[in-house]
Parts: sequence; C-alpha cells; structure tokens
Amino acid sequence: MYRKEKSIQLKSSSAALYNNLSVLRPPGRQLAAFSAVHGPSVNVTVPSLEGREGFCPVFPLTGVLLSCLSFQAAWCVLPSRVLLVLTSQKGIQMYESDGSIMVYWHALDVMEHPPGQTVFARGIAAAGGRFICVGTSSGLVLVFDIPPKGTNITVSEVLEQHRDAITDIAAELGQAPDGAGDLVTADDAGALCVWSSGEEFTLLSKIPAFGCTCSSVKLWNGVVAAGYGNGQILLYEAATGLLRAEVNAHARWIYALDLAPETGKLLSGAEDSFVHVWKISRNPDTDDVEIEHCHAECVTDTQVCGARFCDPEGNSFAVTGYDLSEIFRYGRV
Amino acid sequence: MSARTLPLLFLNLGGEMLYILDQRLRAQSIPGEKARKDEWTDVDRKRVMNDIITTMFNKKFMEELFKPQELYSKKALRTVYDRLAHASIMRLNQASMDKLYDLMTMAFKYQVLLCPRPKDILLVTFNHLDTIKDFISDSPGILNQVDETLRQLIETYSCLSAGEFQLIRQTLLLFFQDMHIRVSIFLKDKVQNSNGRFVLPISGPVPWGTEVPGLIRVFNHNGDEVKRTEFTTDGNYVTPQREGSFDLYGDRVLKLGTNMYSVSRPVETHMSGSSKNLASHAKENVVPNPLAKEEMNFLARLLGVLDVKTPGGSETRFRLNLFTTDEEEEHAALTRPEELSYKVINIEATQEPGRRAELSRILGELEVAEPRPASSGKGEDLLALMDGL
Repeated sequence: MYRKEKSIQLKSSSAALYNNLSVLRPPGRQLAAFSAVHGPSVNVTVPSLEGREGFCPVFPLTGVLLSCLSFQAAWCVLPSRVLLVLTSQKGIQMYESDGSIMVYWHALDVMEHPPGQTVFARGIAAAGGRFICVGTSSGLVLVFDIPPKGTNITVSEVLEQHRDAITDIAAELGQAPDGAGDLVTADDAGALCVWSSGEEFTLLSKIPAFGCTCSSVKLWNGVVAAGYGNGQILLYEAATGLLRAEVNAHARWIYALDLAPETGKLLSGAEDSFVHVWKISRNPDTDDVEIEHCHAECVTDTQVCGARFCDPEGNSFAVTGYDLSEIFRYGRV
Repeated sequence: MSARTLPLLFLNLGGEMLYILDQRLRAQSIPGEKARKDEWTDVDRKRVMNDIITTMFNKKFMEELFKPQELYSKKALRTVYDRLAHASIMRLNQASMDKLYDLMTMAFKYQVLLCPRPKDILLVTFNHLDTIKDFISDSPGILNQVDETLRQLIETYSCLSAGEFQLIRQTLLLFFQDMHIRVSIFLKDKVQNSNGRFVLPISGPVPWGTEVPGLIRVFNHNGDEVKRTEFTTDGNYVTPQREGSFDLYGDRVLKLGTNMYSVSRPVETHMSGSSKNLASHAKENVVPNPLAKEEMNFLARLLGVLDVKTPGGSETRFRLNLFTTDEEEEHAALTRPEELSYKVINIEATQEPGRRAELSRILGELEVAEPRPASSGKGEDLLALMDGL
C-alpha cells in the first residue's frame, strides 16, 4: 500500500521526544517543510527556491535560550499567518514560518514549580483561527492571542484543569458536531480535557486518566484519538467523553499520532519500531465510531519519535526516529 | 530535562565499570604464589573491587548524588569515573580509561534503549547493585552501604509516575544520543549492527501492562462491545510471565543490567575504520553549560570526601590494561579520532585543607564544558600548577 521513498537528510539526529516531527505544506505548494528537535537545536528543512529540496541546516535557538534543551517544534497555521513555535525548558518562542525572525518570547515562571521538578513547555496547537495554545510541565495551558500580523502577541488566558505535565494539544481538524468542542489537551497522567475555544475557553468534558500517559492526541469530526504509553489507541466522543473504540496498536510506548482530515486516516508511531496507518469512520446507521487497520510499516532498529502525514488525504507520510539523522518518507503505491 | 536522572546514570555506569574491571582483572590474574611483584593476584583483584565499591557508595557522595540536579556533560562525568577507577592500587592509562568509558556508556545505552517500560530502568539499576553485592559478599560494612543506596533508590523512585520515568529515560537517551561505538561482544551476539546501531527486536514479551498488539474493539453509545476485529504485523509478541521485583531483594526477571562479561568473552572496541557517521556526529550533545563551574565544585568536594589511599613509597600501583597487549594500548591512544577525545583534566588529590580551598578556587575557574584545544597556554599552566600541589 505504501512504499518507502527518498529520505531527507538532516544535519543532526532527532531526540527521543513526543511528537517530534512537524510538517508544513503551504496550500498550492507540492513540497513540504519539516522540523524535528535534535536537543539543544532544532532541524528545519525548507524546500529551496528552485523547487528541489535543499535543506536549511541546524536552526539554533537564538539569544536568550543558548543553554537550553528544546522539547517541541511545530508550525501553527492560522488564517492570516503561519508561525513556527518552539518550546523548551526556559519558555516559548514564536518565529515567522521560515524561522527567520523571532516575533515573540515567553519565559516560563520557574517559581510556580516545586523545587527539583523539571520545568518545560510542551504541547502546541493553533485553535479557533486566532489562538495558539501551549502546555507546561505544571499542567497549565497558555492561550496566546495572535494578531494577523506583527509582534503584539499576548497571553489571553491560562487554562488550569490538568494537574500533570501537558503532553500534547490538538485542535479540531474537520467539522465538529454540536457541543463537541474544538480543542483537546492531554497530560502525563492520561487525563484529557475537551474545550471550546473563544474569548474565554470553556471546558466541555473531561476524560479521566486510567493510569497510563497519553503522549499524543488528535481531534477529528468530534472524535478524540489518543495514543498511550501502554501502546493502546483509544477513540472517544469529544462531546460526552464516552469511549468508542480500543485498539491494542503497539507493543511499546506510542510517541506520535497524526490525522489526515480529508479521509480520516490515522497515523501512529511508537518505540516498538512500527508505524501504523488506520482509518477512522462513522457508521451512518448506528453512529458507532469504527477504526480499521490499513498498513503496517516496520522502521527497522528505530524507535519512532515523530510521524506526520504530508498531505490532507494521507497519501504520504514522514517518520523521525531517535538517533536518526534523516526523515523517512513513504507514499501510496 | 529530568532533574532525577543523575543517580540512575551514575550507578548503572558504575556497575558496568565494575563488571569490566572485574573481568579484566580476572583475565590478567596470576595465582598468588606464582605472581611476580608487578602482576595481579586474586587478593589484589578483591582489594581493588572493595576499594572502588567503598568509594562509589560513600554516604556523603550518595547524598550529593541524590539531590535533584541537571545531568553532567559526558566530559565532566568521565572525570568522576577517572577518579573512581583510581581509588585503589590500580591505575589505567588514558587509552584504557577511554576504552573503559566507551564500553560502559554503550552498554548502558543498550540497556536503556531495550528497557520494555521506562520504569524498568529501575530494575536494571537493581540488577547492577545486586551483582555489586556479590562482588563484596564477604564485607558486611560495604554491603550495608550498598543496601542503604538500594533503600534510597526505592524511596526516591517508587512514587514516580510512568510519565516521569519516561522523562528520565528521554534525558538518558539525550545523553547517549549520537554514540555509535561498536563493541565486539555486542557485534558477536548480534545485538549491534556493523554501523554501530543496536538491533531492536520486534518479538518477545511485551512490557508489563501492555497488551499484545492485534485487537480492535468497538463500543456502542451504551458502552457495550459491538465489534471485534484483529490485525497482524511482522511482529511476534507474547504476554510476559511476571513482573520483576522492585523490592530490596527479589527476582528482577529482566536480564538487562546483569553481568554479560566473563573471562572467555573479552571486550574490545573498534575505533579504526569507523563509519563517517561516527566522526561527524560524535559531538557533545549538550549545550555549553554556564554552570560548568558548579560541576567542578562538586568534583572538588568529592575529592575532599574521598578517603583516598594515597599510595606511600612502599606500595606500588599496578597498571591494568584494557587491551590485549601494551602495543595495542599505545596504538589505540595514537589513533583515537580527535572528536572522540574526552580531554580529561587529571587532578591530583590532596589532603591539606589549605591546599583544598586553593584547589576549589582554581577548579572553579576551569571550564570543562567548552572543548578547548589541548595546546592552549592557559590550560597547560593550570595543569602544571596542579601537578606542583
């Protein structure tokens, strides 16, 4: 179904961090840009002007953050602009999408953490066409109000529902049914919160933890897809928090999930070296949420740490692995 | 990253160091009556192991170690092991010390990678400590120290969540990132490929708490299961039999962290003819640490705490060679790639309190994290100054 295509070489290897791959495909452009965290630096590859894929080598954190490790890098697509957001142990940086100019820097408040606890920001998503949400190690979700252009970015709200470090945040990628909300946040304990974004965010439902970290989460047509440390993928109704499907998907900790909004294809990558492609659908008669397995890819001797579809139908995907200095790519046959 | 990683890193690397030293000492040991003055005997071996283990599990050192703190850089940590390896009548040349450190780090990297659950790193640590207890089984005093450390491990780590353990594991993996030194015993056992990367099996028992992949269950809006399907992959997983013990004593079940060396399975590293990956990606994967001074201060304190048995005139220091011949050791020293040099600063221990304060001050001015060319004038002056202490 999918076959391996030419890899993209990176200047340095990828770190073992959750959701460690971000892909940007500007509309109308064939070629995508990729970013993955190496550790103290972030690798960003952008297509060269001639259309061939060159790469912009190691993209170092500038100025303030010289002595700091990154946790995540992700592009946030808003109607008027695209920002590249970097999180680290010191705070949150936002850049223009090509990484050329830093437009905003937010320092994390070390004081609000108990001594000895690690401080960092993790979990990045654009929400409601206007906001960028970023999670912290104390369980807070910072909501940034992003103007159409310029640097006048402000913290519009701080969401305080999680008690454990945020792992991932996801915005609705399709059409949310009524009352289903448009944002889901996940934490280290495995608790999930579903929100409705706006001037003031509203908590719609809370899915309690069951003892397993939720490392990656996606939201599509009112369905929450969550990947856990025990290798399971669970599907919930966003509006009610009800469990609709349970998949024993991987033999080890899941590190990344992605969803192709036009088809409902779900991608999962884990420490067990496997990347799986699934298909989520809704049975029109019973209204049951269904999930079927489409394809399994074994990335030999690699602990997968990032996996993303490269197009909205899910006809191609890219994978990063711990200690690997390349991005593997696969396309539909 | 996680501020609770250092004790696990230190104890496991220390354990691997002891396994290797024990194997090499046994391999080079001569029966007592037949041994010449400069050859190893069983008595010498036991003494070296005792001395190193006593130093390693020193109460004050352990207290310092367990305080929440950032990980040391590879260079700074290597200096600590250098001191530890020289805590007895044994000495190692730079080349042998480099090889020892390479082996220790690759072995623990392998164990961290293959740990089924992040929490199982604790079981690996217990395996190391259990075997260390066997090394000193006839010394109740030191045994007590090791047990104390075991209790401290249980107290510090038992309450951590799986998510926090994963952060510790991620911190360790960051430390080991880009290290691909090939180890002969790993290559022979086919757990490492010729490009230096470890083989990750897709078969065997799944981690405790994980289900064997394959089952998909669908529920209706009442919570009843309405459909069940299966999928297959190339993986061949089975349910694990039982969980390892996290108590002071018990069957750890996991084999990672147990002693894989024996006299008949010597260890060698391959440095020459390395793939170009090795040369270009072997840089230190940490940011320049403005707090490098703090690391050196800790080390200075460690030197003050250690009851170093400074060999007097009558006691000879025996040299241990980690290579098969002296010529091999010399050759290794000459051909070690520049990028992989640890540039260790050798520090002579001193017992005078006045000198110790001076030493701390001097050490405070040193920057270990920034790699400096060895021929820099300032570096040589400082070394010369310390030699004269």
